[in-house]
Amino acid sequence: MTLGLFYFFAFIAIAGALGMLLNTRNTVAGALSLVATMCALGAIYVLLDAYLIGALQIMVYAGAILVLFLFVVMLLNLRQDAFVGARFAKPLFWTLAAAALAAGFLALLPGAFGPPAEIPSDFGGYRAVGAELFTDYVLAFEVTSLLLLSAMIGAVILAKRKIDG
Amino acid sequence: MIPITHAVALSGILFLLGVLGALTRRNLIVILMSIELMLNAVNLALVAFARQWGNQAGQLFVLMVIVVAAAEVAVGLGIVLSLFRNRESVNVEDASLLKW
Repeated sequence: MTLGLFYFFAFIAIAGALGMLLNTRNTVAGALSLVATMCALGAIYVLLDAYLIGALQIMVYAGAILVLFLFVVMLLNLRQDAFVGARFAKPLFWTLAAAALAAGFLALLPGAFGPPAEIPSDFGGYRAVGAELFTDYVLAFEVTSLLLLSAMIGAVILAKRKIDG
Repeated sequence: MIPITHAVALSGILFLLGVLGALTRRNLIVILMSIELMLNAVNLALVAFARQWGNQAGQLFVLMVIVVAAAEVAVGLGIVLSLFRNRESVNVEDASLLKW
């Protein structure tokens, strides 16, 4: 059951990513298919016992980040885009090299890991993750607020029409 | 229970698609979206390994990655807007001033 759900959401995730990658006519549709990918990944996080991360994935990625993308795409009224893959010197060679690397990666995977560890029942819930976040990782959490503040100031300055003085 | 190999394989495939998008598309917004896709593939691997070893630190790293991605998108889209204002285009070929 869980495995079947995983395959279902994995299919949606890959299809959404392909939709974003191959859609050269309409960037809005590409952003929307990336929303499908993000939602499917949120479901996969829940299947992997990361409940808080799954909720945050849908709220932050599908809800905030991609809406921001959609805003900008619609604001700019973009013209068509094209692949430049044909401009690579030896596209066939690189495609084959990438396929060989991917096949090696996938072939080495089975048997590389033992059975999964036993986990407590509240693993990945907001209580357990929050307790760890505000004890062991509280410094990283505080630095995060600085990062967000500087990113906000940077975005405001960049998007201003004209910088005075 | 999902075998970790499946999750890592999905993560690798999504990362590969993100790399392909960043390398083959010339629309700056699509390139930013491909970078988001790569970050998500990394997040998936982190969550899968957190489950595998029963260690929540991986999930906390994912939280940090999400925050960094949000900051990156805010600044990146600000750059896209000011680029469009100056060049009337979001094609990366039109913004090659720093290229040598």
